[in-house]
Amino acid sequence: MAAISREEVAHLARLARLAVTEDELDTFAGQLDQILHSVERVGEVAADDIPPTSHAVPLTNVMRPDEPRPGLSREAALAGAPAAEDHRFRVPRILSEEA
Amino acid sequence: MTDLTRRTAGELGAAIAAREVSSAEVTRAYLDRIGAVDDAVHAFLHVAGDAAVAQAGAVDARIAAGEKLGPLAGVPVAVKDIIATKGMPTTAASKILAGWLPPYDATVVRRLREAGLVVLGKTNMDEFAMGSSTEYSAYGPTYNPWDLTRIPGGSGGGSAAAIAAREAPLAIGTDTGGSIRQPGAVTGTVGAKPTYGGVSRYGLIAFSSSLDQAGPVTRTVLDAALLHEVIGGHDAADSTSIDAPVPAVVEAARQGAAGDLTGLRVGVVREFAAAEGAEPGVVAAFDAAVATLTKLGAEVVEVSCPHFEYALSAYYLIAPSECSSNLARFDGVRYGLRAGDDGTRALEEVMSLTREAGFGPEVKRRIMLGTYALSAGYYDAFYGQAQKVRTLVTRDFTSAFEQVDVLAAPTTPFVAFPLGSRTADPVAMYLADLYTIPSNLYGGPAISVPCGLSEGLPVGLQIMAPTMADGRMYRVAAALESTQEPRLADQTPEVTA
Repeated sequence: MAAISREEVAHLARLARLAVTEDELDTFAGQLDQILHSVERVGEVAADDIPPTSHAVPLTNVMRPDEPRPGLSREAALAGAPAAEDHRFRVPRILSEEA
Repeated sequence: MTDLTRRTAGELGAAIAAREVSSAEVTRAYLDRIGAVDDAVHAFLHVAGDAAVAQAGAVDARIAAGEKLGPLAGVPVAVKDIIATKGMPTTAASKILAGWLPPYDATVVRRLREAGLVVLGKTNMDEFAMGSSTEYSAYGPTYNPWDLTRIPGGSGGGSAAAIAAREAPLAIGTDTGGSIRQPGAVTGTVGAKPTYGGVSRYGLIAFSSSLDQAGPVTRTVLDAALLHEVIGGHDAADSTSIDAPVPAVVEAARQGAAGDLTGLRVGVVREFAAAEGAEPGVVAAFDAAVATLTKLGAEVVEVSCPHFEYALSAYYLIAPSECSSNLARFDGVRYGLRAGDDGTRALEEVMSLTREAGFGPEVKRRIMLGTYALSAGYYDAFYGQAQKVRTLVTRDFTSAFEQVDVLAAPTTPFVAFPLGSRTADPVAMYLADLYTIPSNLYGGPAISVPCGLSEGLPVGLQIMAPTMADGRMYRVAAALESTQEPRLADQTPEVTA
């Protein structure tokens, strides 16, 4: 049985903001299904009493003194922007027509 | 000094310090070599050229003025294109970052410059370091100098190929699941992944933040240790950086080069030996290397790490999950590509078109896989379970290191495979990382050192050590290397364009 359907892959692509093509949907659905089947065995060994590990270094809340220091200049921060206007990042409109 | 590109980085640094040769001469020799062979190898995405010569001249002036610099001052270095270099193109081999000029240097690069190393350029890689063959670069693959019809490994195939083809004496790679070590193995070079947190990640474009680690790619073990000491150490700009002195890896490499491993206990992982998929020639080269370690005085025993066989599956859930979150920053707003912004479309649609146009197939696959593993209803069964496996793999290491000082395994199950032979099957590609991933999940250091040939192609021995015991792996690798005359990395066939 397939672990993931073509419709689910389309949903994932929307969540991930990827405007995938119909051809890609076909390819990715098959590949993601194959990958998920190959990795699902993580469920075989990990019992309820095993704590999860998110990180190799057991560090929490690294603090530094709250001292002002120079950051990027406005010019440097905007230098790589696809579009800028009046010293700001220029973006397409946020709301769509029907909103 | 005849042919400067045949000297080790340590030798070049000593000659530059003694003013027998200038950094500018060495840098020009490497730029000439790049000019001669890189059309065939394609290890570089950007060659710094004039900037490198200017930087070399500045180092020569500092040395002439009597300034005391480190042992690698004046030596050129190539940097993987996932690491930010101020004012020098940094693309992570992705179209989404085409032409991006970072406004700052990564800590690794800042330390290279401060130590007087000369940045030669940026090396090719799989897009965002996702891949095992460098075929997923948006700018075309890198070719293995041993056989130009084969892959140089990945993701850091450019750095490894540059070293093997003598286009650079030193290179920086990054290793999330094996991206320094596996390319090292299949190109006959040395690749070291330091302890996680041992080298700053500041300025390293994030793929999987809990696993990513930068490290050295070189022709000799001592060169790797010298470079490790330059780039290692605590950095306040990286919250996961370990606040402790850099392990004494140069001293360990020198000690190992004496060829005496008496008293050292080496563990061979039983489950790896039993696993299917390793080529017979790789197994034979590995067995011969283990026999050599025994001859050098090491005590070799078999140890059991029963959860290592689940590490690959856990990795291909954890890394995609973290990548799906990290790569959300590529939205076409602050830097990089923006596609489809024709004045009629809203932000969300432009964002989706930008990411569709800017990312290649493997990156899209992993983003969707990670989005799936983190989504409601699947989180516990996939991401949550993978994190538990990470705990079990770590416990396997901890209990193994109660019995032995280091673990040994082949670096990768197969020698360099032909270009195009695994791109149609993602799972077959993922198997390249079978033996390297456990150390990333655990966070400990691991090194690949050339140990022989199979079918005329290089095989790597991997040495894994406990967290912050980076010196041990250098000692063992240097001891093995001391038995090879000439070194495998000095036997790369001449590249003919």
